Amino acid sequence: MKNLLILGAGTSGTMMANHLRKTLAKDNWDITIIDQEVNHYYQPGFLFMPFDIYQPHQLRKTVVEFIPKGVNLIKERIQSIDKDNDKVLLYNGTEIKYDILVIATGCKIAPQETEGMQGDQWYKSVFDFYTFDGAKNLRDKFKTWEGGKLVIHICEMPIKCPVAPLEFAFLSDDFFTKKQIRDKVEITYVTPMSGAFTKPMATKELGHLLEQKNINIVPDFNIEKVDTENNKIVDYGGKEIEYDLLVTVPTNMGDELIARSGIGDDLNFVPTNKTTLQSNIKENIFVIGDATDLPASKAGSVAHFQAEILTDNIQLFIAGKPLKEEFDGHANCFIETGHGKALLIDFNYDQEPVKGTFPIPGIGPLRLLEETRLNHFGKLAFRWVYWNMLIKGISIPFVTSNMKLAGKKTEH
Amino acid sequence: MIEKKIAGYNVLCNEQGYLTEPDQWNKEIGLELAAEEGINITDKHWEVLEYLRNQHKQEVAITIRKVGKSGIVDIKEFYQLFPDGPLKKASKIAGIPKPVSCI
Repeated sequence: MKNLLILGAGTSGTMMANHLRKTLAKDNWDITIIDQEVNHYYQPGFLFMPFDIYQPHQLRKTVVEFIPKGVNLIKERIQSIDKDNDKVLLYNGTEIKYDILVIATGCKIAPQETEGMQGDQWYKSVFDFYTFDGAKNLRDKFKTWEGGKLVIHICEMPIKCPVAPLEFAFLSDDFFTKKQIRDKVEITYVTPMSGAFTKPMATKELGHLLEQKNINIVPDFNIEKVDTENNKIVDYGGKEIEYDLLVTVPTNMGDELIARSGIGDDLNFVPTNKTTLQSNIKENIFVIGDATDLPASKAGSVAHFQAEILTDNIQLFIAGKPLKEEFDGHANCFIETGHGKALLIDFNYDQEPVKGTFPIPGIGPLRLLEETRLNHFGKLAFRWVYWNMLIKGISIPFVTSNMKLAGKKTEH
Repeated sequence: MIEKKIAGYNVLCNEQGYLTEPDQWNKEIGLELAAEEGINITDKHWEVLEYLRNQHKQEVAITIRKVGKSGIVDIKEFYQLFPDGPLKKASKIAGIPKPVSCI
């Protein structure tokens, strides 16, 4: 009997467990998945929790209910990967041998990377919204906050869901407008990038949104420290921005177990082949989702597209055949713009987001790179799709792993 | 895409003046692009620019953190060499694409 071992039962790991149990012969292959977490969170929902749009119970289910029958779930903390001996060590002393390893350990915020961030003001005047606790605490803060300088800030790239901070800014505008204190809230968006939008078509089509919503922008800001005594953030060039409420996206890093195993880069991301998803560490190790060092977005849709290709590649690997070099960096994301509207973007490694129709070329019904009400309902409907289809490894109709150019206006 | 003459060489640029073919770059082009940004190039600048070009060639995503750990400069020195937006300025002078996010 051979063993396929998956590390991490988040979005990617759970999808892989579901895909692989359907494809690998039960009499030849055991599948084991390891995760110490009890809860499985619908992470895209964290964005909505501070604004009281989603309630905590809508975003949390258990890990175990999505692990298919025939897959062995081990709820233990992982110590390290011993790649030379094809085994994984657990903190309880157990060693688990594998024939094939799938690393799906994701990434998480690392506020400790920025001086002053996680001090006595953490969850008082400095918040994240990339965790269940952060989003929930921020919701409580917003309930009593009477206004002031709201600074929405990104520490450094790469981050999970790069558009989420921008959506947060748009939803803040909407939220404080409805609360009738928008005139008392000054919203500033601070990014290490050259602007809120960095790609040509998005800049052209969406550049007006910030001005229209009265959101200030500070680009090229690389944070050195949070000065919680004087309520300001300071960048390496000496620039300072004052805040009353700082909503930051801390540095994102891969799991510490990657560092303990000595297989990651300086942010604990695992070097991965960008088209096959095989690791550059060893041929029987594959990587999926946020854990990779790929120049693709760290997003659930990306993991979903990767899962279909990785499932095929693991079968090819077992059969001793060449792997498909098919992953194209495809991502597909709804972007909330507030006031009941949203955008939809569809892009890959080479093709920037453009206008067009999705998923059926020429028909839609969704429109790309345009603010529509239907896109907003698409975003809300996605929570159902996530719990009922996506992580169970059920294909979404008309949506393919590789990005389609049909239906897209790629001519500038 | 725009064809532009820089330091006497015909090169392809995007609308923001970033070279789209890093292989068309040479040091004379780097000097002229630096002058446009008001930067006087020193040996330290060249070291950073070479580092960035190498990273780009190896398809490694370029970040401030990586430059700070490159052993050539720390982040503060990087800011002193290329004031304001060091990563975008240095990328432009190095003839490699501007770091971008997904939109």
